[in-house]
Amino acid sequence: MELYRQTISELRDLLDRKEVSVKDIVSSIYQRIDAVEEKVKAFVTITEDKAIEMSEEAQKKIDSTETQSSKSLLGIPVAIKDNMCTKGIRTTCSSKILHNFIPPYESTVTSRLIEQGYVLIGKTNLDEFAMGSSTENSGFHVTRNPWDLERAPGGSSGGSAAAVASDECIAALGSDTGGSIRQPASLCGVVGLKPTYGRVSRYGLVAFASSLDQIGPITKNVRDAAILMNIISGHDPFDSTSAPLPVPDFTAVIGSDIKGIRIGIPREYFIEGMDKEIDTSIKDAIRKLESLGAIPVEVSLPHTGYAVATYYVLATSEASSNLARYDGVKYGLRAEGKDLIDTYMNSRAQGFGAEVKRRIMLGTYALSSGYYEAYYRKAQQVRTLIKKDFEDVFKVVDVIVTPTSPTSAFNIGEKTADPLQMYLSDIFTISVNLAGVPGISIPCGFTSNNLPIGLQLIGKHFDEESILKLASAYEQATDWHMRIPNL
Amino acid sequence: MKDVDSINVLKYEAVIGLEVHAQMLTDTKIFCGCSTKFGSEPNTQTCPVCIGMPGVLPVLNKKTLEFTIKTGLAMNCNIPSYSRFARKNYFYPDLPKGYQISQYELPICEYGYVEIVKDVDTIYVLNDGETKKIGITRIHMEEDAGKNIHESASSARGGGSGGGNYSFVDLNRAGVPLMEIVSEPDIRSPDEAVEYMKKLRTILRYLGVCDGNMEQGSLRCDANVSVKPAGQKEFGVKTEVKNLNSFKFVGKALDYEIRRQIKVLEDGGKVVQETRLWDSERGITESMRIKEEAHDYRYFPEPDLVPIVVDQRWLDEIRASLPELPDIKRKRFVSEYGLPEHDADLLTSEKSTAEFFEEAVKQGAHPKNTSNWIMTGVFNYLKEHDKKEISETLLKPIHLVNLSKLVETAEVSGTMAKTTILYEIFDTGKMPEEIVKEKGLVQISDTGEIEKAVDDVIAKHPKEFERFRAGEEKLIGFFVGQVMKMTRGKANPQMVNELLKKKLS
Repeated sequence: MELYRQTISELRDLLDRKEVSVKDIVSSIYQRIDAVEEKVKAFVTITEDKAIEMSEEAQKKIDSTETQSSKSLLGIPVAIKDNMCTKGIRTTCSSKILHNFIPPYESTVTSRLIEQGYVLIGKTNLDEFAMGSSTENSGFHVTRNPWDLERAPGGSSGGSAAAVASDECIAALGSDTGGSIRQPASLCGVVGLKPTYGRVSRYGLVAFASSLDQIGPITKNVRDAAILMNIISGHDPFDSTSAPLPVPDFTAVIGSDIKGIRIGIPREYFIEGMDKEIDTSIKDAIRKLESLGAIPVEVSLPHTGYAVATYYVLATSEASSNLARYDGVKYGLRAEGKDLIDTYMNSRAQGFGAEVKRRIMLGTYALSSGYYEAYYRKAQQVRTLIKKDFEDVFKVVDVIVTPTSPTSAFNIGEKTADPLQMYLSDIFTISVNLAGVPGISIPCGFTSNNLPIGLQLIGKHFDEESILKLASAYEQATDWHMRIPNL
Repeated sequence: MKDVDSINVLKYEAVIGLEVHAQMLTDTKIFCGCSTKFGSEPNTQTCPVCIGMPGVLPVLNKKTLEFTIKTGLAMNCNIPSYSRFARKNYFYPDLPKGYQISQYELPICEYGYVEIVKDVDTIYVLNDGETKKIGITRIHMEEDAGKNIHESASSARGGGSGGGNYSFVDLNRAGVPLMEIVSEPDIRSPDEAVEYMKKLRTILRYLGVCDGNMEQGSLRCDANVSVKPAGQKEFGVKTEVKNLNSFKFVGKALDYEIRRQIKVLEDGGKVVQETRLWDSERGITESMRIKEEAHDYRYFPEPDLVPIVVDQRWLDEIRASLPELPDIKRKRFVSEYGLPEHDADLLTSEKSTAEFFEEAVKQGAHPKNTSNWIMTGVFNYLKEHDKKEISETLLKPIHLVNLSKLVETAEVSGTMAKTTILYEIFDTGKMPEEIVKEKGLVQISDTGEIEKAVDDVIAKHPKEFERFRAGEEKLIGFFVGQVMKMTRGKANPQMVNELLKKKLS
C-alpha cells in the first residue's frame, strides 16, 4: 500500500489499529516528495527535521492509548500555505521581503493542529502575499499543475493544492481571499473549502485583505475537509472578527441524505462564452444532484457583474495598508539607502514583486483623499448589494451551485501579461468572499485533455454543513475524486 | 513681541481649538496584553501584536472603552450606539504597522462641553460671565506610537562601521491607549486655553483615567490658532502649533503665535496654513510643514476590529459609577461649607484635596480655617518639598480636626497653628496637642502674665512709647510684635492688643 495516497480518515484507522507507524507514513510522504517535488515545486520550505520530531511525539501518544485516538490528526502529515505563521519556521508569503522572516509566534490554526498532534510536512508556495490566481507571482518559483506540468495549478494556494493533488501531503491548509482555495482546488482536482468569514481565526495568517481573508482546508475528499474544519473552526480571543458561535461536528453530515435540498442555479454564472466542456460538466453535476434528490431552482444574483471590480477596489485598499509594515525597519529585507525614505523605497522596491506593487498602488489610489468616495465607499456600497443578493437567494434555496472557475488549468505564462484576464479567473469565486458566505469546490469532471473541472457549492452564513452534505453525497455518487494525476 | 503694540492687538480676536491627547491609566495596552508601565528598558514591554509582526490582529482592551465613555459622559458628550475604529496610514519607524489604529468617521463620544471659570484677565476678549462653555467636538480612542531615539555614530551602542548616524526605536509605548479630546474653536485667548487644559486635567484625574502629567507626556496638546479682525464672523487662516508640553508653554506659545499672526496681517501679509513647532528655549513657533506637504492619511474603517456597539445598560452602569465631578463639587463646597468661590475652586481642583478637606470638616474641623490651612500651609509645603499630593505627607484629616479645636478654644493662636504646628505635623506626623505640649506652645491667656510682658516691652522702648503718645498710632503693630516675640508667639494676640491699647492711652 502506498501510504502517501491515503486520506486522513484512512490513516487514522491504520494508526489506531497499530498497523502502521507515524514514521512509516512520514517516510512515505518524503519519498514521494523526493520523487515528484522537482517536477511540481509545491513547497517553499520542506520541514523534514521538524516533521521527524513531531512524528516521534505523535507516535508516543498513539502508543500510550489502547483505543482509538480522540485526536483525528495525530500523526497525520499536513502541508501549510506559507502565509500562516509557524513559530521558529521561516514564513515567507513567497515574498523576497520576508525571505528570512522566522515568526516568534504560532498562528491560531496551526496551534490547533499542533494540539491535535499533526505533523508539519512543509510550507507551500503561493502567489506573493496571496495576490494572484496561478502561483506564478511567487517571489521564488513557479508551482506546476500535477495534471499537466506545463500548466499553472491556480492560486494563490497553488502550492497547497498541487501538494495534495500530487500526494506530497495528506491534506493542506490554504487561504482564500477571492477564490484562492477553491480555484486551485478546482484546477488541481481536489477538494477546497472556504469557510464563512469569521468561522476560522485569522490570527497568524499574514493579511492580504482583512475583511475577505479566510483559512480553509484543501483535501483529497470531502470527509477530510470536514475533519480539518472541526479542528480549525471556532472563536479565537485573538481575532475579534472570529465568530463566538458553537461549531458543529462537520463530519456528521457526511453521507447523509440530500433529498429535498433546494439548490439554486444562478443564471448570471452560466453565460455566453463559457468553456463548453465546463458548462457540460457542471450541468451534468446538477443533474446528478437532482437524481440524488436535490431540487434545482433557477435564481438570480443580479449584482454579480460588479463583483470583480468591487473586489479589486476593496482588497487592494486593505492590502495597501496591510503591507505598509514591510518597511525594512523591524524584520525582513532591508535595502539601505542614503536616508530613511530612501531605505523605505529601496526595501519595498526590491522586496515586492510586480503584482504586489500594482495592488499597493491601486489600493493607495482608491483610498486617497478625493477618490475615497468614488472608489472605496462606492465599492463598500456595492458589496452590501452583493451580500443582499445572496441573502435574497438563500430565502428560497439552501445551497447555490456554480462552476468554480470559468476555465480549466491554463498554461504557465498564458495570462501573466494580462492582469485583467488573470483577475477574471476568479469571477465565480469572488462574490462568495464579498458576501462572507462559505463555498466549497469539488471535482466534477475532466476536460478532453484530462484536466480537472470543479463544482462550487455555496452555503448560507455559518452553514458549512449543507455544502459539505451536498458535496459528500455528490462525491459518493461519482468517482472523479478517485482519479490521480500521472506524475 | 515688542513690535506689535497693544492697540493693534486689540483690533483682533484670536480663535483657538485644542486637540488634547490623554494617555489612559490602564495596566495594559489598547490592543494587546503588554504592560503600559513608564520608563522600562527599551522594547521590554512588547509582543508580536504591538510590534506589528506579520499576521497579528488587534483585540480591544475593554477598559479603554470604559475610560473613554466615562470621560465623554463627564464632558457632557453624546455616546453614539455605534462606533468604529479606522486606520490612519503613514510611514514612520516608530509606527510598526505603517498605520495607527484610531477613530475617524464614527468616534465614541461627540458633541460635549466643559465649563471653565472666567476669572481670566485677558486683553483679547472681555469677560461676559462667570463661566464659559468650551465645546467638545469629539473624543476618540487610539493607540500611541513608539519612540525614535536618535544617537550619533560616536555614542551609538554597538558601534558599527562608523561614519553615519544611527537611530533606535523603542516600542514600549507603541499601543499605549490614548484618548484624543478635540475642542470646538471656542477658545478666545491663551489664558482660556490654559484654563481649559487645567479643567480637562482636573476632570481626567477625578475620573482616574489619566494622570494628567504634561511633562512626562501623558497629557499632550496641539493647538489650532487663527486671528481675525475683532467683530468679524469668518475665521482667519489657522496654523497648528505642536509640542506644547506644559501649561506654561500652552499659554506662551499661543501668545506668541497670536501676536505673530497679527504682525503678519498688520504688515499686509497673509497667514499660511501650516504646522508649526513650539521651541520653548527660544520662545517662538517655527514652521514644520505647509499644507501642500501635509499627509494624506488615507483613513478607512479598520477591518480587523468589529464595530463598537454600546449597550444602553452598560452605558447606564458607567454613568452611575461616575464620581461627583469638580463643577458640582465646587458649587456644593460654596453652598454647604460657606466657602468663597476662590477657595472652593482651589480645593476641588484635585479630587484628593477635596476629599481630604471634606473628611476633616466631617470630623468637626472648621471649614474656613481648614481651607486656609490647605491653601496656604499645605500647598506651600508641597511646593517647597516638590510633592504633588497631601497623601505624600504625614498630614491626616484628624490633625486638622484637632488643630481646629485648639484654635477655637483659643489654646493656640491662628498664626501658631498655620506655621509652627502645621509644619511640625508635616515633619513628624504628631498630633497638634502633643506638639503644643512638647514645645510649650499653649497660648498665654493669663492677663497677669501678658500684662507683665506688655509692661516690660513699654519699659524697653521709651522712644517708641513717646512717639505713639504723640499720635503715631500705627506703632501699635510694633508693640504687638515685641510682645509676641517676648512670649515666643504664645500670647493671645487679641488680649495683647486690648492690654496695649489700655496701657498706651
